[in-house]
Amino acid sequence: MSSKSLDYENLNENVKKCQYAVRGELYLRASELQKEGKKIIFTNVGNPHALGQKPLTFPRQVIALCQAPFLLDDPNVGLVFPADAVARAKYYLSMTSGGLGAYSDSRGLPGIRKEVAEFIERRDGYPSNPELIFLTDGASKGVMQILNTIIRGARDGILVPVPQYPLYSATISLLGGSLVPYYLEETANWGLDIGNLRQSVTQARSQGITVRAMVIINPGNPTGQCLSEANLKEVLKFCYENNLVLLGDEVYQQNIYQDERPFISARKVLMDMGPPMSKEVQLVSFHTVSKGYWGECGQRGGYFEMTNISPQTVEEIYKVASISLSPNVPGQIFMGLMVSPPKPGDISYERYVRESNGILESLRRRARIMTDGFNSCRNVVCNFTEGAMYSFPQIRLPPKAIEAAKRAGKVADVFYCLKLLEATGISTVPGSGFGQKEGVFHLRTTILPAEEDMPAIMASFKTFNDEFMAQYEDNGSYSRM
Amino acid sequence: MRKFAAEKSRNLLAHREIFSSVLQHPTASLYSSSSHSKKSQLLLRFLNTTAAPNPSSSSESMASDYSSTPVKLDSINPKVLECEYAVRGEIVTLAQKLQEELKKNPGSHPFDEILYCNIGNPQSLGQQPITFFREVLALCDHPAILDKSETQGLFSADSIERAFQILDQIPGRATGAYSHSQGIKGLRDTIAAGIEARDGFPADPNDIFLTDGASPAVHMMMQLLTRSKNDGILCPIPQYPLYSASIALHGGTLVPYYLDEATGWGLEISDLKNQLETAKSKGISVRALVVINPGNPTGQVLAENNQQQIVDFCKKEGLVLLADEVYQENIYVPDKQFHSFKKVARSMGYGEKDISLVSFQSVSKGYYGECGKRGGYMEVTGFSPEIREQIYKVASVNLCSNISGQILASLIMNPPKVGDESYESYSAEKDAILSSLARRAKKLEEALNGLEGVTCNRAEGAMYLFPRIELPKKAIEAANAVNTAPDTFYARRLLNATGIVVVPGSGFGQVPGTWHFRCTILPQEDRIPAIISRLTEFHKGFMDEFRG
Repeated sequence: MSSKSLDYENLNENVKKCQYAVRGELYLRASELQKEGKKIIFTNVGNPHALGQKPLTFPRQVIALCQAPFLLDDPNVGLVFPADAVARAKYYLSMTSGGLGAYSDSRGLPGIRKEVAEFIERRDGYPSNPELIFLTDGASKGVMQILNTIIRGARDGILVPVPQYPLYSATISLLGGSLVPYYLEETANWGLDIGNLRQSVTQARSQGITVRAMVIINPGNPTGQCLSEANLKEVLKFCYENNLVLLGDEVYQQNIYQDERPFISARKVLMDMGPPMSKEVQLVSFHTVSKGYWGECGQRGGYFEMTNISPQTVEEIYKVASISLSPNVPGQIFMGLMVSPPKPGDISYERYVRESNGILESLRRRARIMTDGFNSCRNVVCNFTEGAMYSFPQIRLPPKAIEAAKRAGKVADVFYCLKLLEATGISTVPGSGFGQKEGVFHLRTTILPAEEDMPAIMASFKTFNDEFMAQYEDNGSYSRM
Repeated sequence: MRKFAAEKSRNLLAHREIFSSVLQHPTASLYSSSSHSKKSQLLLRFLNTTAAPNPSSSSESMASDYSSTPVKLDSINPKVLECEYAVRGEIVTLAQKLQEELKKNPGSHPFDEILYCNIGNPQSLGQQPITFFREVLALCDHPAILDKSETQGLFSADSIERAFQILDQIPGRATGAYSHSQGIKGLRDTIAAGIEARDGFPADPNDIFLTDGASPAVHMMMQLLTRSKNDGILCPIPQYPLYSASIALHGGTLVPYYLDEATGWGLEISDLKNQLETAKSKGISVRALVVINPGNPTGQVLAENNQQQIVDFCKKEGLVLLADEVYQENIYVPDKQFHSFKKVARSMGYGEKDISLVSFQSVSKGYYGECGKRGGYMEVTGFSPEIREQIYKVASVNLCSNISGQILASLIMNPPKVGDESYESYSAEKDAILSSLARRAKKLEEALNGLEGVTCNRAEGAMYLFPRIELPKKAIEAANAVNTAPDTFYARRLLNATGIVVVPGSGFGQVPGTWHFRCTILPQEDRIPAIISRLTEFHKGFMDEFRG
């Protein structure tokens, strides 16, 4: 038969180039093993509810009522739903023209964008304009929309931290742009070094690449660090001097597990810096309902907020958003609820606080158990998870293991993670999916397995790791720290 | 996919390596170059409304000067600038402005409300959702109440049962978790069974990709197919502008084929062939054919023998058939029936290896009209496992589509059956919506055909009428004088005079020199007479003003 449009060799090269390790080889193998009946602990995706985290009750009550508005007038509704959930459902439905079943404005419901703007103002102490807030089907869609606006071709570069969340590499690749890596410094607790940034930009420019934007992930994914205010200032100044748009991935802003560096938004730091920077540095900040103590991944709710982006460009972004009609309306309402949760005095307030604190406190303990567990293992070193949902230990692989991996046609950390999976059922993502310095190997796990399962998981990891190391170790050297 | 993982991890690491590898493989974006893009630019111009960007949103609202910032209008992705989506374009922006004015200052216009007939958004115009579907969705969103005895007083027994069934298909019953990137397997099983029941041919759940509405699925296929401006996609004209916009965004070329208005928007295979040859002679490699059935904006329902010709054409020419079948439940005439392209191809004896076919379905249309849920799927058949893997990979970058939308997609493909407790209320709701839509289509069509210089094919299906207007010469001159496409000029006048929002035909494409607009049949039935009289009165006045 003649060559067909969708024969492999006829595909868009950018599609072939792109990759997304979070759902890559390890995940597929884990799914196979699961089908064969093996118990798999999925720690590959930050997907809390899949690991047993219960949804917060109040938002689910409100959404259920919005789905079934005929309940609102049922005299028995109070037997099942609290009055403040009923009131809130009515409030959100009044914002829509046609409830959950109608397309909204392509930027999202104006009333919810206003709630988001108010939340940002409370958080940062600076007013926010709802017209510059677009709701999206999860933060990923927002990142894709913004990168699509920025990238014109292979010579447009985007600065991305390495290690990074592979959404960025995959999207840049799909859009045919260039990823310009800057390295986070593992020995400095995954700190962001401005000298390194400068070097990356200079090098990219010498290759004919126009560096147009910089991505920061704060708190870090997969690295879990929380950026300090001073560090954010340096970054913003750097963007100002180099005429870069800053893309602030702040989806883990609720997930903070230490008290020294609370979350501070890039926007607040920028506004604190005052003019000219506060008037000129272009910033797009992303947020989601999938993370935090909400963890409502399946809802696909998110937003981005634009700062110092010209109205004409905002119009263009709006136009592209309009081609997809509108983000899903239940996801929009989840976002509204997240930025405007029950207040003191509301019927559901106490329960809401109890549930959310319970989740956060447990995550904090789990972060500690996991870091300590990894650090107690042979040839494993791990920075503390200050924020986000992941642990990213370095595995110092013996040369023999690296050779064995090579023989098996695998990258060394993929080899290690596959063995770990087969032996223990723990499904992780190899560090090579996120990028790492050459010759250094990591894996990413989430800190999301249930707290009571944690000790057993860490024990089974330790047993596996010790055996692996014993098998491949001799007295020689290791992959370097 | 695995191969890449290894390759990539090596590449990502060393700066030097990554830069050189990028420079060795410059992407295929040829936006700035060459003469062959001229044709498509012309085409785009012809597809677009010619109006300038909305002046009301220009820069006075912000104090900053943007001249030195990295993201400016002249430095954003030119493909973004190029694409257009008229369904939410200039006329809609004007409508929103008028609505604000009416709110602030009632009586400031000769009408007291805006009637949105621009977009297929039924529930925004008062259509009620199907109760059973919403009961199930509510229960799945808040499973904590499933075991409460009070719940039985609020919900039908079979909705509770269905919610349990669905939750049991979701690992950990976690509706708040990301699912498999193709969608929850159990729901795909249900959908496959629904397709099988519809077509009488087997469907494989692994062929199904659940998406946030049908639009992202269309984008995914365009992304997969388009390597450069030299790649063409055959699209009907008039077409739903999702296609022109998506092709522009992905940097490909739209190759038009014309539907014949005189034969009820018929699709002539000879025209397809001509357009294909013309495109080939210009160096365009045509990769796929888009068919929208029932038609949007044109409302025709394809006859089975016509579909057979299309299938044969695609098979012979090695084209992927992209079948937009989102209006499959919206059929309004007794002499037409919906047949899926998959059923037609299989009935002809063509199997998996003979034709590459993608069928798009959505929860937004039909009698359900659940636009806000963003649920949909594509069924992908006749693709090699390697390609399937690539589609899966691209889907996985976005993690998964929203779960509520996934559940709803399974419900529309497996609604209550005879004997179920909810069957009667379900089928009464469904029939009421569909028969009312049929009556509205008929009434509006007759009214339009009664207007001077207007001819309108019947809406056999879908949700739209696409009347042709013979505009007087003076009206065309007046439009030209304000640098506006004549049909946009007409639509703007109509809106300003009546509050009725329609989309100018130029947003969909039309035979040059003809003018149309698209109007949905979705306003509630009791409003139709008022709409007709407002429209009639406006049209008379317009013709009186501009008649030679």
